[in-house]
Formats: sequence, structure tokens, C-alpha cells
Amino acid sequence: MNSFSIGQFVRRPEFGAVLSFVAVIAFYVVFGGVSLGSLFGAASWVNFAANLGIVALPVGLLMIAGELDISIGAMIPAGSMSIAILSGYYDLPIVIGMLGALTFGVLVGLMNGFLAVRTSVPSLIITLGTLVAVQGLVLAGSVLLTGGASVPLDAPAWAKVIFGQLINGKFQVIILWWFALTVVFGFVLHATRYGNWIFAMGGDEVSARNAGIPTKRLKIGLFVLSSTAASFVGMCGAILFNSAQVSGGMNYIFNTIVSIVVGGVLLTGGFGSVAGIFLGALTFAVVSQGIYFTDIDRNWSNLIIGVMLMAAVLMNNTFRQMALSFVPKRKK
Amino acid sequence: MSDNTPILELQNVDKSFGPIDVLHGISLKVRAGEVLCLLGDNGAGKSTLIKTLAGVHKPTRGTILMDGQPVEFSGPREAQEKGISTVHQFGGTFPLMSIGRSFFVGVEPTKGWGPFKVYDRKTANEIAVRAVQNFGITRIDDGDRLVGGLSGGERQSLAIARAVHFGARVLILDEPTAALGVKQAAHVLRIVNEAKRRGLAVIFITHQVMHAMAVGDHFAVLIRGAIAADFRRGEKTREEITDLMAGGETMAGLEAQIETYMASHEGQPPPAQ
Repeated sequence: MNSFSIGQFVRRPEFGAVLSFVAVIAFYVVFGGVSLGSLFGAASWVNFAANLGIVALPVGLLMIAGELDISIGAMIPAGSMSIAILSGYYDLPIVIGMLGALTFGVLVGLMNGFLAVRTSVPSLIITLGTLVAVQGLVLAGSVLLTGGASVPLDAPAWAKVIFGQLINGKFQVIILWWFALTVVFGFVLHATRYGNWIFAMGGDEVSARNAGIPTKRLKIGLFVLSSTAASFVGMCGAILFNSAQVSGGMNYIFNTIVSIVVGGVLLTGGFGSVAGIFLGALTFAVVSQGIYFTDIDRNWSNLIIGVMLMAAVLMNNTFRQMALSFVPKRKK
Repeated sequence: MSDNTPILELQNVDKSFGPIDVLHGISLKVRAGEVLCLLGDNGAGKSTLIKTLAGVHKPTRGTILMDGQPVEFSGPREAQEKGISTVHQFGGTFPLMSIGRSFFVGVEPTKGWGPFKVYDRKTANEIAVRAVQNFGITRIDDGDRLVGGLSGGERQSLAIARAVHFGARVLILDEPTAALGVKQAAHVLRIVNEAKRRGLAVIFITHQVMHAMAVGDHFAVLIRGAIAADFRRGEKTREEITDLMAGGETMAGLEAQIETYMASHEGQPPPAQ
């Protein structure tokens, strides 16, 4: 059962993501004249992937559970502004700033979760509301409190080491966080009963509830995870760059969704894997940042992303059909 | 407790949603090893009745008795714990989950300790496959297969096997054969018989009289939220039952009404509006 077989691998949700990853790199090598050595030695796309990937993990779990959270686009600047205002402008200890940023994430997540559970409004609309509202709150709050839309932050050395240093002068430490969180999320989704609950919820919420799964609590918890993760990414950014801006973060919304879908997660829920989400973020980063290593004009990168997304979705549909219609050969 | 005490009994159960009365004075009994067929056309209140039995709705008036004792369910979970399991039209299972995983949704077997309790895939698959095979579905032999790849009949069988495995005493089957072909339906009916043989009380909801007659011991016809007829196997023919379900009396009344109208209007139909 546990022996590796190609057939089994093809039916896994992340198979499409592996193919996309390899295909994109091959494309760049063949048509863009990229040397693999310089690409794999470069930090820009790995940094990009890590920031994207940390948000994509919980949003991907939400998507497997059949929900969506786009308020992350506002939560990233909200996280960095929270810590910068608290610890930069008001000079409170950095720990207070961190707690402030993460608490803000938890609160917005709770609000998203409660609204999603209490109303029948699709979570896309709910989180669209919180996205815009949080944006307004952060901008107005920042201007009201500090008089500007950009706040400097000077984090102590230990905080820099953990959340915002550059390893080897170029790799953001958040990459390690991304790896660790991928392992944790992978364990939870694939090895624990909670993971099974998430799949069940995305497959058929009513049946899942009838089977005794606390779907409401689970859903609220997932929303809390996603907005807190976004806030965390913003917080690390502020510590790294010594300042925070109100703007930015909107790109993350579509980037996350694209990388999750490329990673083989079914948009309507019930199917996907953490390995896929991880690879999806990696692939997305290679496409959008790797283009700088090619001879290709960077303006083409969005076209490539669009084509890759469509190819990935079509491919994933095919693989899912294969997984569904798979009947094992009878053993004699 | 004698063998004759019904496992589940409804006494004069009414259910209304606000001002709308959906069920009136429903009284039903189902005993161990007996199949009660609940027949009714669309909108007769079948779903509401099922949901009341399964603990989703609370009756507005009337009592539910289990083993002769009045019970009140706080929700579907409690009804399930007391042994009432509902299997829905499409099996209520998850198409993109493996057989093992979907079999144990909500009650996953785990091994290990503390935060490292992991889902025990091997045990789950083994138990799930064995449970289904015990019901005679030998074609299912790999617990890693996705549920969506099974045929409709196999899915129903899986869901029924699951309910039985988790100690169901009353099995509520909501239109299990409605979406199935002839062969698949026969398959499910065999499973119903097997469940009955094992001493379960089965409530079989359908509007296909043929299927009901194949397995039923006891029949109740539901019309506009009330029990219009209640009879045992062999007491009525198939035609009589079909007429009943279509609301035989209502039809006769309608015909009479049209005739009166035609007579008083010299055979002219009502003017077009």
C-alpha cells in the first residue's frame, strides 16, 4: 500500500502542481535562456513565494472547506501598520506591537467567521466587505493617530533575528516560517482528524454537520487562521523593512487564489493538499519573479500566469476525473 | 421490554413552521426487523417527517417514543447517538473522499498520543471495506478509492453499512432508489432486506410503489401532511396504493367539481382570463 507507484502519484491532488512547476521552469530555461544555477541561487522568488505561501496555506484550507477569504489583501498592511503604530509611533515594547497585529488578525477572522456562519451570504461577499472596511479603517486610523500613511519602526535585534532578518544577506527568515508552517498545516490536514473534518465540510457541509462535526467552530477557526496569517506576514514585513505603509497587499488576493488553484485545490471545496498549495505558491513565484532572469520582457509575465492558471485548472480536472474513475485491478 | 414494543413510535405528532402546518396528527410505529414504507407524492410532508424523526425538527405537538419511553432530541446528533440514522438520496457521502475517510467522518480512528494523534488510515480502510463486504458488496475492496467513483447503488450500500456499523437501530432511508437504474435499485433493496434480517427497524421513504412492495411489511401513505392510509403487506394492491398516493379522493372530488361546473354552464369551459 505504501509503496510508491506512478499511478497513485498521478491521482494525488498536487500532481498538477508538480507538472506546472516543472513546465514553467522548463519553459524559462528553453525560451528564456535561464541558467538553473542562477535561478535556484536567487532569493527574490523564494522570498516572494514564502510571503505568498504563508497566506496561501490557511486560505487553501478554507478553500478545501468550501469557503474563501479575500480580506487577507487588507490584513497584510493592517498587520504591518498595527505593529508600526504600536511599537514604532507609540514606542511600546515590540511584543505589544506583535500581539496587537496578531490580535487584530484574530478579531477580523472572528468577524468573518461569525458572519459566514450566521448568514447565508457567500464568504466571497462577506470578506469583500471586511476587505474594504479594514482598508478604510487602517488608512483613516493611521492618519488620525500618526498624521501619515507611512510609519517607521525600529525593531530590537532579537525580533529581527526571528521575524525579519536576511539570511546570507538575501533570504528572508520568513522562508523558514513558511517551511515550518507547511509541515504543521500538512500534518493537520492529512494526518489528523481535523483534516478529515475540513475535507468533509468542503465535500458536503450538511452531511458533515449531521456526522457530528462542529462545522461552525471549524469554519470560524479557519477564518481566524487565514486573517491572522496575513497579519503575520504584514508584521514580518514591517520588522524587516523598518517601516509600514497603508497601501499594498491587494495583489496578494489574486496571487493567493491563483497559486492555490494551480496547487490542485478544487475551488468549490472538498479536494486538495498542502503539498499542492506549497508547490502552487512556488510555481507562481517562479513565473512572476523568475521572468527577471530571462530574456523575456517582464510584461509578458501576466500572460504566462493566465495561461498557466487555465492549463492547471484543466489539468487538475482531468486528474480528478482519473482519481474518481480509478478502480484497482483485482488481485488474484 | 417485550419484542413487540416498537423501537420508534410517533403519537399524534404535529409540526408547523410558523403559521404553516406541515404535519397533522402523525402516528406511526416501527418494530425491530420490520420495514415501514412511507409513501407520498412530492410535497406530502415526507421530508419534514424524516427530519422530525432524525431530530432536525422538534415536533410542535405530540410525542416521540423510543422503546416505549418518550424522548426529545436536541438535534440530529442526539438522535444518531440513540441509534437513528438517516441515509439520504445520494448516500450523504463525500464524492472526493476515500471510502475509509468518508466512512469514519466525525469518528476517525486515531493512533498516537497528545498533539500527535494521527488518523489511522489502515484501520479505517480495513474496517470500512469489511463492513461493506459483509453486506454483500464484494466489489469494494480498496478503502483508498474515492466515493465518487462508486456506482449509486454502491454508495447507498456504503452509507447503509456505515450506519449499521455505528450502531444504528432505526434506519431512515430517504428515497434510496429514486436516482438509480433497475439493477442498482434491486441491489439497494437486497441491502434493505439484509438490514431487516439483522433486526434493524427500517423506515423506507419512496414514491416508487414497486420498490416499496418488494421490501415493505407495513405501509403508510402520506397526503398533505396527514396519514391517509395505514395498512400491512398484502392488504392493498399496487393500483390501490398508487391511487392513494395521487390522492384518489381528491381526484374524484375534482372530477365532480368539473362536472358540476360544466353542467351549470352548458358545457362551456370557463372564459380565458
